[in-house]
Amino acid sequence: MADPLRTVGKHTALPSRKSAANDQQLLSSFSGGKTADGFASPWLRVMPGFTLLLFLTPILLGLLGTLLPSFGYFPALNAYDLHLEVWQKLFDMPGLAGSIRLSLTTGILATTLSFFLACLFLAAFQHRNWFARVQAVLAPLLAIPHSALAIGLVFVIAPSGWIVRLLSPWLTGWDLPPDLITVQDPRGLSLVFALVLKETPYLILMGLSIAPQLQQTERMRVAASLGYSPMAGWFKVIFPDFYRLMRLPLMAVLAFSLSVVDMALIIGPGTPPPLSVLVLRWYLEPDLGFRLLAAAGGLLQLGLVLGTLLFWFATSPLLARALRNSLTNGKRQILERLLPKVSMGSLLLLVGTALLSMISLLFWSFSKRWSYPNVLPDSLTTRTWERQTDTLIDLGLTTIILGLAASCLAIALSLACLELEKQRNRNSGQGSLYLLYMPLLIPQVTFLFGIQILLISLGLDGTWIAVIWLHLIFVLPYAFLSLSDAYHQQDNRYGQIALSLGHTRWTTFFRVRLPLLIRPVCFTLALGFAVSAAQYLPTLLGGTGRITTLATEAVSLASGGNRRVVSVVTLLYSFLPLLAFALALLLPSRLYPHSSKQNHANDHEPS
Amino acid sequence: MSHPDHTSAVCPLVLDQVQILKRDEHGVFCPLFPPLERSITPGEILTVMGPSGCGKSTLLNWISGWLKPEFKTSGDIRLGDCSLQKLAPEKRNLGLLLQDPLLFPHMTVGQNLAFGIPQSTKSRTERKDRVRAALAEAGLEGFENRHPDTLSGGQKARVALMRTLLSKPKALLLDEPFSKLDENLRDRVRHFVFEHARSESLPTLLVTHDQADAALASRYNSSPETAIVHLTPP
Repeated sequence: MADPLRTVGKHTALPSRKSAANDQQLLSSFSGGKTADGFASPWLRVMPGFTLLLFLTPILLGLLGTLLPSFGYFPALNAYDLHLEVWQKLFDMPGLAGSIRLSLTTGILATTLSFFLACLFLAAFQHRNWFARVQAVLAPLLAIPHSALAIGLVFVIAPSGWIVRLLSPWLTGWDLPPDLITVQDPRGLSLVFALVLKETPYLILMGLSIAPQLQQTERMRVAASLGYSPMAGWFKVIFPDFYRLMRLPLMAVLAFSLSVVDMALIIGPGTPPPLSVLVLRWYLEPDLGFRLLAAAGGLLQLGLVLGTLLFWFATSPLLARALRNSLTNGKRQILERLLPKVSMGSLLLLVGTALLSMISLLFWSFSKRWSYPNVLPDSLTTRTWERQTDTLIDLGLTTIILGLAASCLAIALSLACLELEKQRNRNSGQGSLYLLYMPLLIPQVTFLFGIQILLISLGLDGTWIAVIWLHLIFVLPYAFLSLSDAYHQQDNRYGQIALSLGHTRWTTFFRVRLPLLIRPVCFTLALGFAVSAAQYLPTLLGGTGRITTLATEAVSLASGGNRRVVSVVTLLYSFLPLLAFALALLLPSRLYPHSSKQNHANDHEPS
Repeated sequence: MSHPDHTSAVCPLVLDQVQILKRDEHGVFCPLFPPLERSITPGEILTVMGPSGCGKSTLLNWISGWLKPEFKTSGDIRLGDCSLQKLAPEKRNLGLLLQDPLLFPHMTVGQNLAFGIPQSTKSRTERKDRVRAALAEAGLEGFENRHPDTLSGGQKARVALMRTLLSKPKALLLDEPFSKLDENLRDRVRHFVFEHARSESLPTLLVTHDQADAALASRYNSSPETAIVHLTPP
C-alpha cells in the first residue's frame, strides 16, 4: 500500500521554520511514525483511570454520604427533605466552639513547632559529617504508629508515669502521684507534644530527601565562601526553596494535626475534645439522630482544615515579603551559639522521650507489680504475654493480612501507572494522578462516615474487602509517592536495551525493571504496611467491630484498660512495622545483592 | 503485520526521506534536519554527525521506537521491505548500543549474555555454549559468574556488544558507544565492534561526535564519500 507520508516526504520542499508552523496540511503529514506513546501496552493505558476510579469513587461518594445527611437527607431515618436545621443544631451544641478552638490551637501549634524544629535541625547540622547517620536514628521513629507512641508517652508523662517516678520522692517529695494534669490536659499541650514527637522526624526526613534537588552542598559552599555561617547560609540560600518543596508534606502534617483522631482519643483532652473526637462521639452514639450532627461536624472539620491550609499558605508570601529584607541585610550569623544548642536539645528530648515511651511499655508488659514511686517493676513475669498470646496472634494476623493486601494492591496499581509513564517515555507523576494525594489532606472523619453508608448499601460493611479497600485509600498515596521518585530515577535505557534484545514488555518489566527497583519496592511494601497497620478509624468504620486490628484494640484498651495488657498489645503494634522496615532493608540485598549498583559506565578501563 | 524475524536473511536498513519535526517552546513544530535518504547495506556503517541538538540521537530513538511525544515524523524506515514504523520496539530486531554499556547490574555477566539469546533457543546446554562462545570471542573466558560492577569499561563494552549480537539483530544502532572510554581503549573497542558488525553482515548506523569514529567507520562503507551524513538544521 502506498504510504502518503512518503510521497509528502519526497516531493515537498523543505518547510521553513515558520511556514511549517502555519501549514496545518503539511503538519498533518508529519504523523506517520509512532512515538513511544503509541507503543505503550493497551491494558496499561486503562490503569491510571482504573486506579483513580477505585480510589476516588469511595472518597467522592463518602463526601456525598456526609454532605447529604448534614442537610437533613438521611433515608435510614426516613428523612428526605433538605434543610439547614442540622447545621443550626450543630452550632447550638455546647462545647463546639471549645472543640474548634482546641483543634486549631493544637494543630497549628504542633505543625509550627515541628516545622520550626525540623528547619532548625537541618540548618544547624546538615553540613556535619555525622548527619547521614541521623536518618538511621529517626527512621525507626517514623515506623512506630502515632497511637502506639501516644500510649507510650502517657506511661512516661502521666502523674504516675516514669518521669515523676524518676524524680520522686527524693526530689519532688511526692509519695503519691501528684494531682497534676499532665495528659489529656484541657489546653491539649500533651497532644501537641505527642504530635511534635512524631511529625518533627517526619519533616526532617522529608527535608533530607529533597536536599539533592536544592543542590544544598553547592549552595552552602558558595554561602560559606561569602562568609555566611552555616545557620545564616541555610536560612538565606536554602530555606526559600526548601519551603516551596516542602509544601505538600507540610500540608499533610497540618491537615493531619488538625483532624487526628486516635492520638487525640488517647492523649487529647476529653471535655471539650478536639472537633474530630467530638464528631466521632456523635457518630458512635446509639441514637441515629446524632449521625446527622456527625455529618455536619465532619464537614465543619473539612472546612476547618481547608480554611487553615488556605490561611497558612496565603499568609506565607506575606511572611516571605516581610523576611525578604533579611536575605540581603548582609548579616553573616544568626544566633550561631544558641540555636544549634536549642535544636540539638529539642531533638534529644524528642528522641529520648520516644525511646523512654517504648522502654516503659516493655517494662509494663513484663511487670507483675509496679507500685508507685518505684522506678522499676517490683517483680517481672511473662504471664501477661502468655495470657494474651491467642489475642495477639489473632490481632497480629489480621493486621498483617490487611497490611500486606493493601500494600501489595497499592504497589501493583502504582507500578502499573508508573510503567505506563515509562513506556510513554514521559515523566512520572503527571496529571490527574496528583488526585492520589487527596486523602492526605481531607480529614478522615469527613468522608469515612459517608463511605460506611456506601459500604452498608453494597452489603460490604464488616467485610475484609471493605477494610482492605479503605486501607488502600490511605496506603496508595504513600506507595505512589514513594515509588514515583525511584521509578523516575531509574535509567529508562535498561528497558530500552531489554526490548531491543527482543524481549516482551512483561519480561522487561519482571526481569529488568522490577529487580532494579527491588529496594524501593520493598521499602514501599514496608511503608504501606506501616500506614495500614496504623489505620484506626478506617478499620473501626469498615470493620464495624467484626474486624479488629492491633490499632483498634490498642486505642480502645488505652482508654482505661489494664496497663499490662495495653503494653503487650501496643508493643506488638509497634513491633510489626519495625519488623517490616527491617525486612525491607535486609531482603533486597539477599535477593539481588548487586541491584542497587546502577551501571552508569562512567568508569574507565585501567591501562 | 510482518516483522523482521530471526530467520530472515540480512537486508539493508533504509532511511526513506526521513524527517523529524520538534515542537519548540512556542508550540511551533520545526524540522530538525532536511529529509534524509540513505540505504545501509549489510556490513556497511553509516555515520551520522552534527552539532548537539541537530537530531542525531532523536533519529536513533525514532528508528528504535523510542521517540518522545513532542516529535512528529515523516518518511519511512525499513529493514529490507519491512517498514519498522508501526512496529513496537521489541519487534524491530535492532541491536542497540548506547553511550553506557547498560549491563543489568542484578545479573552476572553470563546471565546478561543469556538474556540476549532469543527464546527460540530452548536447550539450556545450547544457551550455555553460546554464552561461553561469546565470552571467548570477547576475550573474557571464565567471566560467566562475574558481576558487571567488577568489569572494566572496555570489558563491559565488549559484553554489551556480545549480548546484542546474541539476540541476532538485523541491524545495529550505535549511539556514541565509545565516548566514555579512555582514548587508548576506544580504538580497540571501536575495531572490535565494527569488525563484528561486518562479520555478522549487519547494516550499522553510528551516531557520533568523534572524527576518529567516523574515519574508521567510513572504511566499512562501499562509498566512503557518502559514508558520513552531517545533520544540520535547515
